[in-house]
Amino acid sequence: MTSQRIPPDATSPMSNSLRTIGIVFAREFFAYFKTPLAAIFLFVFLALAAGLTFFATGFFTRGQADLASFFTWHPWLFLILMPAIGMRLWAEERRSGTIELLMTLPVRTWELVVAKFLAGWAFVAVALICTFPMWWTVNYLGAPDNGVIFASYVGSWLMAGAFLALAACISAMTKNQVIAFIVAGLIGFLLVMAGFDLVLSAVRGWAPTFVTDAVQSLSFISHFNRLSRGVIELPTVIFFISMILLCLWINIQVVDLKKAA
Amino acid sequence: MPLIETQNLTKSFGDVLAVDDVSLGVDRGEVVGFLGPNGAGKSTTMRMIAGFLEPDQGTAEICGHDVVADAIAARRRLGYLPEGAPAYGDMTVASFLNFVGRMRGMSGPGLNDRLAYMVDKVHLGDVWNKPVDALSKGFKRRVGIAQALVHDPDVLILDEPTDGLDPNQKHEMRSLIGEIAAEKAIVVSTHILEEVEAICTRTVIIARGKVVADETPAALLKRSRRPQEVRVRITRQSGDADLVKALSPHLPGSDIRLIESHGDQSELVVKLGQGRISTADLTNTLARDGLIVTEIAEAPPRLDDVFREITQSQPPS
Repeated sequence: MTSQRIPPDATSPMSNSLRTIGIVFAREFFAYFKTPLAAIFLFVFLALAAGLTFFATGFFTRGQADLASFFTWHPWLFLILMPAIGMRLWAEERRSGTIELLMTLPVRTWELVVAKFLAGWAFVAVALICTFPMWWTVNYLGAPDNGVIFASYVGSWLMAGAFLALAACISAMTKNQVIAFIVAGLIGFLLVMAGFDLVLSAVRGWAPTFVTDAVQSLSFISHFNRLSRGVIELPTVIFFISMILLCLWINIQVVDLKKAA
Repeated sequence: MPLIETQNLTKSFGDVLAVDDVSLGVDRGEVVGFLGPNGAGKSTTMRMIAGFLEPDQGTAEICGHDVVADAIAARRRLGYLPEGAPAYGDMTVASFLNFVGRMRGMSGPGLNDRLAYMVDKVHLGDVWNKPVDALSKGFKRRVGIAQALVHDPDVLILDEPTDGLDPNQKHEMRSLIGEIAAEKAIVVSTHILEEVEAICTRTVIIARGKVVADETPAALLKRSRRPQEVRVRITRQSGDADLVKALSPHLPGSDIRLIESHGDQSELVVKLGQGRISTADLTNTLARDGLIVTEIAEAPPRLDDVFREITQSQPPS
């Protein structure tokens, strides 16, 4: 049989990039389901989300047909669960050596970074979709404002994306998944706590007001709370998307820097 | 124009100079055996040519494309087997090779035909639908070779392709490399020196990051400084004199060992101490002492001796 040579690259760079992102996305997305990780993650997420909603915040005793008591836990759940999803994205490639294979294929670093992130983010979307019984329950029991619920889901997914991009970025810095998990969790914790007095009072003592305001504006919880009030505010959407883009940009730099190191 | 060309490639890790000013050109049809002790800089050099590491200084080109400035075009023409043949363990062999093929821009019947060809060539039929993690080391290595060849590249860089293979598999791998060699430029790193003699048209030895030898395996063998060693079977016509003692004056400085002796038949190994002597001259010398040579053979120089001599004689940088 004669060998099949690759045709010269006739398609546009953008369509090539989209094709590459699609191929890597599919590999990464389905990789979650080939290990027990997906099942464990989904079980833990759903069990904690439901358990905290029903038992810790008294979903039934509040007597209100909304999902506020459900969404209020999301920043704390994502703080732990997003590093768990993101820690393997790059650290595992380094540990197993497949990064050498991946980075010598005719692909650009940004395509890989974006594809891996999108795969993780899509997996988070699956997890959020799996919480539909909560939505169904509250609609069965009363007449909630589904617009607020929808905005909260969008906000939750955007916030999860920011946590995940951060975790993926930290994952690119090490081959040890445990280190990636802990560091991403710690930085995520600071970003969640940035709106609380615990952090603000520590800054207020020595920094000028604008620094305190800047730290406060990084608070994931403050931004998320605005979305979960039912209004998809542009500044908040821009905040989470900017966080995602910033982390992905750092991620690209880290991966490229490791090549030169 | 060489398909692989490096100019003054240099790379340090901290204070350690891993690759020091390596310049190489590899033409189509050449199979270069890349040799060197562990830590000599082989894998680092290969990683730079493959575009996985960026050099501190110097350049590398594949088919005229700079591996840093024009990385995508260079990588399209390259097939690379990294050290340890890494692959995604959770994927089946079929889905992994399909993934690599599609990442390399292949699709549809072209990809399927090529995969079918690779299954046959690298003998992956039995494990085609098994996860890579479930494969033996030998099969993993074959999967690594298949992914490097899936797009039929002009340039192949194989870091220890036969590591972990059994003798039959090694033979098959060498045959495969020999089969495709004519139309490609191939660099193979290995610790198995018989492999170099079997498949390589050229040998490059690297020690402490520097190229210390670059010639054909045959030319390299001529550099052997190992004492000439001759195995002789003789028939004694007279006397019971000590054979070794009797021969010593004729072969000054030589190490003569009696291997076995039955009746008038003896077998000796002579390691010549001074210069070289032809087997005919040695036969005549022995005949003067009444010893009839019935068999004489000179042990050929060995590449591992040359390798040891060259790599151990390099002063630390």
